[in-house]
Amino acid sequence: MSTLSAPEPASPAVAAGPRPGRVRGAHPVREMLAWRIPLGVLSVIFVAILTYLATQVLPGDAASSILGQSATPERLALVRKQLGLDEPVLTGLWNWMSGLVQGDFGTSLVQARPVSEVIGPRVLNSVVLLVVVAVLSTLIGAVAGVVAAHYRDRWFDDTISTLSLVAIALPEFVVGVLVILVFAVGIFNWFPAVSLIPPQERIWNDLSKLVLPVLTLVIVTTPYMFRMIRAATIEALQSDYAEVAELKGVSAPRLLFRHALPNALAPAVQVFGLNVLYLAGGIVLVETVFQYPGIGLALVSAIQSRDVPVIQFLVVVLAIFYVMLNIVTDVIVLLSTPRRRAPR
Amino acid sequence: MATVSADSSLPDVAPAEDLRGQGAVRRVLGGAIRTRRGQIGAGLTLLVLAIAFLGPVIPHGSATKFDAPPFSKPGNLGAGLLGTDALGRDVLSRVLDGGWILIVLAVLATLLTIVIGALLGINAAYRRGFVEGLTMRGVDVVLAMPQLVFVLLMLSVIGPKRWLLVLAVGLSQAPQTARVIYAAAQDVCERDYVKAVAVWGVPPRTVLRRHVLPSLITPLMVEAGLRLAFSIILIAGLSFLGLGTRPPNPDWGVMINENRLGLGTNYWGVLAPAILLALLSVGTNMFADAIARANLGENRSEQAVIASAGGTGSEA
Repeated sequence: MSTLSAPEPASPAVAAGPRPGRVRGAHPVREMLAWRIPLGVLSVIFVAILTYLATQVLPGDAASSILGQSATPERLALVRKQLGLDEPVLTGLWNWMSGLVQGDFGTSLVQARPVSEVIGPRVLNSVVLLVVVAVLSTLIGAVAGVVAAHYRDRWFDDTISTLSLVAIALPEFVVGVLVILVFAVGIFNWFPAVSLIPPQERIWNDLSKLVLPVLTLVIVTTPYMFRMIRAATIEALQSDYAEVAELKGVSAPRLLFRHALPNALAPAVQVFGLNVLYLAGGIVLVETVFQYPGIGLALVSAIQSRDVPVIQFLVVVLAIFYVMLNIVTDVIVLLSTPRRRAPR
Repeated sequence: MATVSADSSLPDVAPAEDLRGQGAVRRVLGGAIRTRRGQIGAGLTLLVLAIAFLGPVIPHGSATKFDAPPFSKPGNLGAGLLGTDALGRDVLSRVLDGGWILIVLAVLATLLTIVIGALLGINAAYRRGFVEGLTMRGVDVVLAMPQLVFVLLMLSVIGPKRWLLVLAVGLSQAPQTARVIYAAAQDVCERDYVKAVAVWGVPPRTVLRRHVLPSLITPLMVEAGLRLAFSIILIAGLSFLGLGTRPPNPDWGVMINENRLGLGTNYWGVLAPAILLALLSVGTNMFADAIARANLGENRSEQAVIASAGGTGSEA
């Protein structure tokens, strides 16, 4: 992600651009997918290989470093077998990756259960968190951005813009503890400070435990949406057609939301994608602050207990999610900016 | 607002004398410091820097020895000005001692990011062909992982070591820098004077160092500001996760984690380091933002700031 609306910094594939002999009429989306999907798949494969090699091979013997002091020859042999360390690296890599493709993600060393069983419910919890945050931050950011653009440089705009500048800068875990301090233990006692739930329980059965993690992430992600929408709306309001609409007597809300806001669609989609991408990593810290049982917390505890199969699985899952989201975002951006689709 | 200098620094303007080398650094920082945002940012940053670096010098109690019962409120049971933490250690002493390491690590990581990113980006832009393809596709692959996850993976392999923290954070951000500098350098490499010296037979390394690099001072400084702000947040987060400083030693990120359970009794153990970290990251962010605005103009800086924070793998 480099530029939002400026001409793209030509990467070779783009720089090659419209080759003279290009077939006219080839759909730009299909054309983009034709090189983005293979590249994405390749990226994921690379990440998987790197992850495997990093976690299995580099630290000397993973098994003994996992067991540490408690290593008896028998347990060592068992863990080595579980990790596939008793076979050559390439064989192990092949077995692991073909396992991944077939839905066999290995066995957690700590819980002695299949990784899918350990992680499955947590994926759901994280998805709930992510979706709620993405929806809320988009709505709040869009409305605040449009209103701020309307009252440009007046007190409302100044206040919100300054607040967003501060919120963008704050580390998410600092926001998290401040939110706890205000809403859970310090000033108000409205919500639980930690979101621990029993493994069988689902997070949506106890929404009060969802409130503070959501609030924290909304505070962190909304400013990006707000700034982008505000900038795009201001740009649109300065255009000729906005002036015509205004002179024609269109009401302010209609001018803002019907005429100006659609112009913010492309940047908004990009920021939305960006926010969700950020969330893929950002949930690690926020879930840790609230002990929220999602994949972020799972990753942290897997790293602390050196649960190699879980680490490998989570990194690959996050990479797949990341790559897919990138492609989807770019497709939507392409679709929402007809100008980009025109041959250059 | 320094709109005048903003115009003169657009990359397609022919490089004037003061756009290059030493003069450029002064001009870029000067443009930022003349804005109100830049002043506030610099002020906040300097304030926290003063606390972090003068803190260890100011005479104070031990940061690691037992002082009063855990989570004593300020003044209670002989506790100090900010009370005690989860293990009964003096919070004020730990705050004074626990800041500098974060800042030093963040600065080192930023330097590493800028050096690696600039080398990759400039080389790819100048040499084109195979080097370019390999570099930029490599960048794509690294960016296919969330940054924090990449760092966590590296740290989980070898274990939490300080040099590794710097290396991991530096490497994790280098791809973004490479991409930004690559885009800027492509522009410079196309200029006639660069082509002219190349035709003259000057070796590529000299062309890059003497003729391309000086024209990239502005984007490099903007990038360095953004990266520093981001490194601070990332390193603070990692130390919050317990991957920064070894336990008895103080560190603002670790303190927030250690003292979370005492929020109801002595909240200073969390609040003091949280406020300092917040001021530091807000300060550096505002200053970085001011640099970007003064030198890129408002619209492009908005994009640069947002893009840098996301750091996704897409090229739009």
